[in-house]
Formats: sequence, structure tokens, C-alpha cells
Amino acid sequence: AHLCDLIPSLQMQTVTLIPGDGIGPEISSAVVKIFEAAKAPVCWEERNVTAIKGPGGRWMIPPDAKESMDRSKIGLKGPLKTPIAAGHPSMNLLLRKTFDLYANVRPCISIEGYKTPYTDVNLVTIRENTEGEYSGIEHVIVEGVVQSIKLITEDASRRIAEYAFEYARNNQRSSVTAVHKANIMRMSDGLFLRKCREVAETYKDIKFTEMYLDTVCLNMVQDPTQFDVLVMPNLYGDILSDLCAGLIGGLGVTPSGNIGANGVAIFESVHGTAPDIAGLDLANPTALLLSAVMMLRHMGHHEHATRIQTACFDTIRDKKVLTGDLGGSSKCSEFTADICHRIQDLD
Amino acid sequence: MMARSVCSLSGTLKLALSNQLTRVYGAAPQRYKSTYITIPPPARYGGRHTVTLIPGDGIGPELANHVCELFRFCCVPVDFEVVNVDSSMASEDDIDNAIMAIRRNGVALKGNIETNHNLPPSYKSRNNLLRTTLDLYANVMHCQSLPGVRTRHRNVDIVIIRENTEGEYSSLEHENVTGVVECLKIITKAKSLRIADYAFRTARAKGRRLVTAVHKANIMKLGDGLFLECCKEVASGYPEITFDSMIVDNTTMQLVCRPEQFDVMVMPNLYGNVVSNVCAGLVGGPGLVPGANYGEDYAVFETGTRNTGKSIANSNTANPTAMLLASCLLLDHLKLHAYASMIRRAVLSILTETQLHTADLGGKGSTSEVVQSVMNAVQSTGPQTLSI
Repeated sequence: AHLCDLIPSLQMQTVTLIPGDGIGPEISSAVVKIFEAAKAPVCWEERNVTAIKGPGGRWMIPPDAKESMDRSKIGLKGPLKTPIAAGHPSMNLLLRKTFDLYANVRPCISIEGYKTPYTDVNLVTIRENTEGEYSGIEHVIVEGVVQSIKLITEDASRRIAEYAFEYARNNQRSSVTAVHKANIMRMSDGLFLRKCREVAETYKDIKFTEMYLDTVCLNMVQDPTQFDVLVMPNLYGDILSDLCAGLIGGLGVTPSGNIGANGVAIFESVHGTAPDIAGLDLANPTALLLSAVMMLRHMGHHEHATRIQTACFDTIRDKKVLTGDLGGSSKCSEFTADICHRIQDLD
Repeated sequence: MMARSVCSLSGTLKLALSNQLTRVYGAAPQRYKSTYITIPPPARYGGRHTVTLIPGDGIGPELANHVCELFRFCCVPVDFEVVNVDSSMASEDDIDNAIMAIRRNGVALKGNIETNHNLPPSYKSRNNLLRTTLDLYANVMHCQSLPGVRTRHRNVDIVIIRENTEGEYSSLEHENVTGVVECLKIITKAKSLRIADYAFRTARAKGRRLVTAVHKANIMKLGDGLFLECCKEVASGYPEITFDSMIVDNTTMQLVCRPEQFDVMVMPNLYGNVVSNVCAGLVGGPGLVPGANYGEDYAVFETGTRNTGKSIANSNTANPTAMLLASCLLLDHLKLHAYASMIRRAVLSILTETQLHTADLGGKGSTSEVVQSVMNAVQSTGPQTLSI
């Protein structure tokens, strides 16, 4: 029996917490502390994710982690390391396959206290995460000639387009732009585009535009304020989401969410495990915290989300207790404590 | 007398021997003509070159006119053979004529030809057809921060060398099952070696210290893995140049954070598209950067980011800088260096000193005003020009 089920009046929702490797555990505990201070209605269920060989020889995640996620439907994940030559695919890939995480969502919003050459960035990249150029289908035709297959299917394209418009509607976004290269890849990106257009018909309240990938890149580095929600296939999404993360300050401050079939959603920090500073209380929990805020919004707890986000941004803007990567010299615990105090003051 | 004739004899011998040197790189020895020490196309009819001019769509025609005007004004010994390509025609006759004209003249200046991506796949991109048929395998774009243009990043000086004929632009797609489309990305050892060699030769010629290969070999292990291997192989023959590689998503992030770290970048087709557009945006936009496409036998010059500029066509607001600088690259290719420097100097002085900017740079100047100022600048530096 779980704590959340024992006291139903608390109305707490279970979330599967995967601390991860390297700095994962410390930033996860920072987020748990901050959520406690904000009295967010979240009950954490910690699980570890490692690759184990299941029956039949296929690699899979531990069954208790899978069971927890299937039950709670919401997950928060820290960075996972992929050891080289371990024989198993990357953990992120395993999670993606297990829960059919088809949409990768990254809201990129300029952080007021963390200055970059780009201000007023406020856009969301929604990337199809299961097919496209990353299908992993490659062949050597003859010696010295390799073909990689980019797969675009009607179902996946429709699904991601529907999610993009649904997201735009739920988050009060006014426009969705499909990013493509249909002038060159006529059939594949053409199919993607057609599906986006079809879905746009059913969402007349959202403005739909199409733009070539190169034009988006060109305009993004000159004036990112013209973009709102961007939806695109896998490779373009990979490139553009990292480009936008660079605009607001890098992977250390960028939140990310993965939406799967059957209502599963896993929110994660996209930076690495930083083994060189692991365990030294130097890590910056901002990325994981902002992903957790995204998770709260996804769950519908908007006031808690706003409170935590405001506290976090205020701390960064104040510049008194910044971690090393943000330009300061404070510890992770000090940074976390400052945010907790602010949240309690905000109440 | 004896000494002089001996010198000239050894000189002739050296020339004869060097013509027989085969360029050997990679595993397979092949005969390649060095492309950047190209012998220019033969001048005809009294020292004047004939260059194919393809106006294209959108802002192409007006910019092509300005180039013609400027060349006529500066008395540049170039005659343009204009070939119009109508992008709305389904037949490929127009583009075939253009290709034939380029084969005839050896060099071309072109505007971007529009591709309507709602047409069925049988209608191929005309620009892509031109590039692949003429085997213009290297697309070179030099992005540098200009003093008169205000941008967020300073000290950007990147040469982007992009493989121009294969990769994701192979236009090989099929739908075996309804609703499932496969698009083939082809990477070959021969073309990867060729573009890598081009990149290192260019780096060496320009005195550059670092070549970065951009790839996604952690995911596309065979395809981009092959590209990376070829780059490493070629790099071993250029010990004075540092070779580095970077994954494409990290590259775009680094470009917007710290573009100063990059020097020469070499990459397959699609990543080249992304990176060159990001770099063009970093230095001030599509109106400023010229691009060049080099093959074994032909060279085609155009604006770097290949935009048609449909929305600003015929409004006299387009920035002519990119096209004018592309025409300077053309003149350099034809070994008319004096004219090239003269025009380039004038264009850059208008941009940086007089601050006459077009709308894309935040100014109020019109295209014709900018071109007129360039002509004035050229006249004031003294060489013989037509009267204004």
C-alpha cells in the first residue's frame, strides 16, 4: 500500500522518480526538497533504471521500474549514463521504446537572471521521437556506399501533429509552425506536412504555418521571438531543440518532457551526468527543477508550478547564490535552500 | 644567355612533370585536377569571358540586373549569357538548357529557382538537379563578422565546406507500404574523401589551423561513421592542421554560444544546410553572405543561403550585397582579381563606412540606392568607368 493511497484526502499524486547517475541523485534530492517546501501534491516513488537482460535475450528496464511507471504514469528522470561497449543500447533509448515516448517537448524560455545574447526567447520545440532519420536502419550497399533510411509514417506524423496542437491549445499558444524540407525530400517531409495540415483543419483556433528548416535556422539566430510552437520530425527536432537550448543558456537550464502513448509522460534533464562534480554538492539543479515544473503543469497544478518557477528565477536573477556553471561559487544545497526560502516567503 | 635558357628549360620541365603528378589520397589513387588552382575557362573574343547568368525567381532577376549594370559600369570584361529557367514548367527543358550553357561557358552566376513543394516528387528541385548534374561537389561559404553590421556575436570567421551532391539530397524516396515512406540518405567513400580533401586543401591554402567535421555518427553509425572515417584519413595527410569532430546538435548549440571557436567546418549535405544558415544568421542575415559551388570542371556562384526572397521581390528593398560579393567571387575565379578587389572594396565600404543599410539590416536604403553608392565608390577610387 502506498502513502498516497493510504491518505486519499491529501490528494497526492504518485510520481516515479529516477535519480539517475553522476549528479543525478543530488539534483533529484534538491528537487524533492523544493517540492516539499512548496507543499506540491506529489508523492515520490524512487526507482533505479539499469539495463537488464530479460527472457528471450532482449534488453529491458527492471520490471519494478516499469510497473511503477505504468501505475503512476508520470516520471521525473535525472541524467543516465550510457557506458561505452556495454553491449546494451542507451538507457534513454530503452525507456523510449518501453513507453513509446513519441513526443519530446522542450519549452525554451529566456531566464531573466541568466544573460545570453538572446533575450525574450519564448518558444517550444516538439520533436517526433520514434522514427525519422533515427530509425537506425542502415546498410552497406557495396563497399564504400552506405544508405541510411529515414522513415516517415502517416500514423507517427499524425500523432505528433495532434500532440503539438493539443499542447498549443492547453498552454495558450497562438501558433504552430511545421518545420520541413519538402522541397528536397518531397515524399517523406511531404507526408509529414500533409498530416500537419490535416490536423490543423481541426484546430482552427491555432494558427498554422510551414517553414523550411534552413529558413527557421536563419531566422532563429536573428530573431527568435517570431517563433511560438515548432513541430518537426526527429533529426530537425534534435538540431533545433539543441539550438534553442543554446539560445537560452545551454542544457544546464533547459527543461524537457517526453510524452508517451497510454498517457505516460517522463520529464527529464537533458544534460550529462557530470561525473567530475558528482557527489561534491556543486551541481546545478535548475534543469531538473524546470522539468519538474513542466511536470506539474502537465498534471494541472499550475499555481504550484508558477510558485516554484518564480522562486527559481528570482534566485537566479538575484545572483547571490549561483552554482558554478551559472557564474557563481555557491553549493547546490545553498542554491536549493535559497529557493525553498523564497517559496515559503511567497506563501 | 646560357644561364637564362637553362633556367627556362628547368622551369618547363617542372611544369611538364607537375602536370603528370597524380593526386593520391585515401585508398584508391585517382586522377583529379586540383580544383582551386583551376585553369580559368578560356577567354574569347578579345579577352572577354562569357558567363552564364541564371536570374532565377523572386529577387533573383532584379539582383542579376544590378550585377550586369555594375559590371558594365566598371568595364569588367565579362559578357553574360542569360538563361531563364521557368520554375512553373513541368518539363526540364529549361534547366537542361541552363546546364548546357554552363558546360559551354564553364562558370555561372545564379539566383535561386523556386521549388513548389506541393508538386509531386516527379518535379525535382531545379537547383538540386543543376548541382548534381554538373557534379558541383563543394559548397563553400565564408561567414565573417563585418564591422558595419551590428550582430550579437563578434569575431565570427568560419569557412563552411558542405558536400553538395549526395547525402540526404539524393532524392531517392519510395512508399512500399501505404502510409510508410522511406527516404534514402546515401554516403559514399569516394565523395566523402573528395570533400574532405577539398576542405583540407582549402584550409591549407588559406592558412587555417583547424578543421571541424560535423556529423551524427553516434546515431547514424554506418553513414556518418563512414564520413568521419574519411575525414580522419585525409586529416592524417595534413599534419599542420588540427582535425576535430563535433556532433551536429552540439555544433548548433556551440555556434549560438561561442561561434569564435570554429575555423573551417566540413560536413555532409543536410548538416551543411543547417550550419550555413545558422552562421549566415550570426553574421547578419541572408543578404550579406555569398556562396560558391565548385566542381571538377565548373563553378557556379550564388547567394550563400539560396533564398528566392519571394516576399520582397520587385519592391527594391532586397540587400544586393550577397549577390555583388558572389559576383566578386566569380571574378576571382576568372582571375580578374583587380576588378574583384575593386568591387568588393566598394561594396564593403558602403556597408561599413557609409552605413547605407537595406531593410534587412535595419536601415531604410533601397537596393538601387545601395548599387548606385557602390558605383559612386568605384568611380571615386579612380579606375576608368563609364560615365554615370
